[in-house]
Amino acid sequence: MATDLATPPSKAAPKAKKRRADKVPLRTAVLRYRWLYLMLVPGLAYFVLFKYLPMYGVTIAFQDFVPFLGYSGSPWVGLKHFEELFAGPDFGRLMFNTLFLALLHIVVVFPAPIIVALLLNELRLNILKRSIQSLIYIPHFLSWTIVASLTYVLFAADFGVLSGWMRDLLGDTAKIDYMAQEEWFRPLIILQQLWKMTGWGTIIYLAALAGVDPNLYEAARMDGAGRFRQLWHVTLPAIRPTVVVMAILASGNLLDTGFEQIWLMTTSLNRSVADVFDTYVYYAGIQNGAISYSTAVGLFKGVAGVILIFGSNWLAKRLGQRGLF
Amino acid sequence: MSTMTETKKPAKLKVDNNGSLGSRVFDALNVIVLVALALITVLPLLYVLAGSLANEAEISTRPFFLWPHKIVTEAYEYIFATPTFVRALVTTVVVTAVGMVVQVLLTFTMAYPLAKRYLPGRTLVLNLVIFTMVFSGGMIPTYLVVRDLGLLDSYWALILPLAINPFYLIIVKSFFQELPQALEEAARIDGCNEMGVFFKIVLPLSKPIIATFSLFYAVAIWNDYMSPLLYLSDPNKWTLQILVRQLTNTDAAAALSQMDRTWVPPEQGLKFAVVVIATLPILFFYPFLQKHFAKGVLIGGVKE
Repeated sequence: MATDLATPPSKAAPKAKKRRADKVPLRTAVLRYRWLYLMLVPGLAYFVLFKYLPMYGVTIAFQDFVPFLGYSGSPWVGLKHFEELFAGPDFGRLMFNTLFLALLHIVVVFPAPIIVALLLNELRLNILKRSIQSLIYIPHFLSWTIVASLTYVLFAADFGVLSGWMRDLLGDTAKIDYMAQEEWFRPLIILQQLWKMTGWGTIIYLAALAGVDPNLYEAARMDGAGRFRQLWHVTLPAIRPTVVVMAILASGNLLDTGFEQIWLMTTSLNRSVADVFDTYVYYAGIQNGAISYSTAVGLFKGVAGVILIFGSNWLAKRLGQRGLF
Repeated sequence: MSTMTETKKPAKLKVDNNGSLGSRVFDALNVIVLVALALITVLPLLYVLAGSLANEAEISTRPFFLWPHKIVTEAYEYIFATPTFVRALVTTVVVTAVGMVVQVLLTFTMAYPLAKRYLPGRTLVLNLVIFTMVFSGGMIPTYLVVRDLGLLDSYWALILPLAINPFYLIIVKSFFQELPQALEEAARIDGCNEMGVFFKIVLPLSKPIIATFSLFYAVAIWNDYMSPLLYLSDPNKWTLQILVRQLTNTDAAAALSQMDRTWVPPEQGLKFAVVVIATLPILFFYPFLQKHFAKGVLIGGVKE
């Protein structure tokens, strides 16, 4: 009996079932699939507790949250915290720093894996190609703390390897504390991202390149296309959909500078260029206890992210590309 | 020697096929650029490893080296004789191991029912999951939930808030969808319920993908810096990543010496050694990771 109920419909059935899924009475469905629903419970509990409860928690951005009074008891203040954010002295700086880093990321970091993948694709020696791939994937698996420590080892004023070389090259006047200087903050962040992300980023493009029909190259060669023209007319069109998808994803993350990397590279001396929304939320909320205000900052960033991802998806479709959804 | 020439030959033949001078120059430059790239990637790591095995004098006099004149293990001896380090190391290993099991179990049990197309309500749950990839409540509301659950200063705060990575969940779900249904059917006819099918049939078939995501999750917890920073205020509970930060950041090191009077500012070799210890386990598992990760990334990319 029990097994009979637990047996899902046979192969032919799913399609029909799917169409009529809504029409099955809830009680019957729950009874028939009780084991599957049971397996869903722990995961669902996770999403409710740690994803959807915090989403409900953003309501405190519209309150003057007092932990003692809780979510329902704290007084509502409407858009007060957002007005404070937009009119406050920090907003311009935060926006500028975040967008500046985002711009650098799109111009420098985003194309890097595409270029490297194209170069790797041109390598004829397979052993060399595979060894290089193995090596450049490594940094993806290392933590930002390790990356920050390596940066320190290379760029610290007193004993850093690269700062030492710069001193030897340019004399003692070139003793620069790269880690503390404002003007070096952005270049170092971008260098770190290049080092950590470029290799791993090539995987998805290499897969797209591997899927290109070799006959296309053959045909192009017959038409007298050299390597550069093959690249231009065959290879690049082949990876364009992948580039578009990655670009949509990247623009959704435009304001996501990443907390760990920025936080680890921020010192008391470079705050004016280092402060971005992600780290500002931590300073304001956790260190200064402005819970409602920092939630408002986080919510602003989150909503802007959603708008950006849907916006760029829409734009990609308008431009005749296949979007993400 | 002979193997080297052998491997080079076919490559040369190919070049001749395609062989204008410009093409050859490009090939040569391409090899140089890519090899340089690989070197830039690994040299900093090798230097830190070499530095961790060198004495203080050598680190301060030689700007860069890959092999110390004299190999000393002082730094490592000091680390393993210092309770703070040992505690952080043990903590990180245990949290990573337990966390990995919890995460894999939760991810795989949830992915299985989501892979059943005929399950009523499946689309709703999937959409709920996908929405969390686009929007999140943010740092502070999540912090408040963790606090209200009484998880502050508990190691569970490093595990539970990250228990399911929605991207991994979707990838595992896609994997389950592609498993042959015949075996499952057979088990059901033999009187297994869905839970039995999952544990007796599906999981044993999924060993490679379980291994892959175990390692992904383990790397994520091992590398996590934000969670311990947010949720652990007791220095006795620090993880390795926090310790690495405290040692290699001068501001933080000063703060540490104020907190703990017995604290002696570390020498460079020691910093190098801590970085090595925090990196080595990942590099140790890297070859195993590499076998599978490309596949994982690609399934994710295609199904997106």
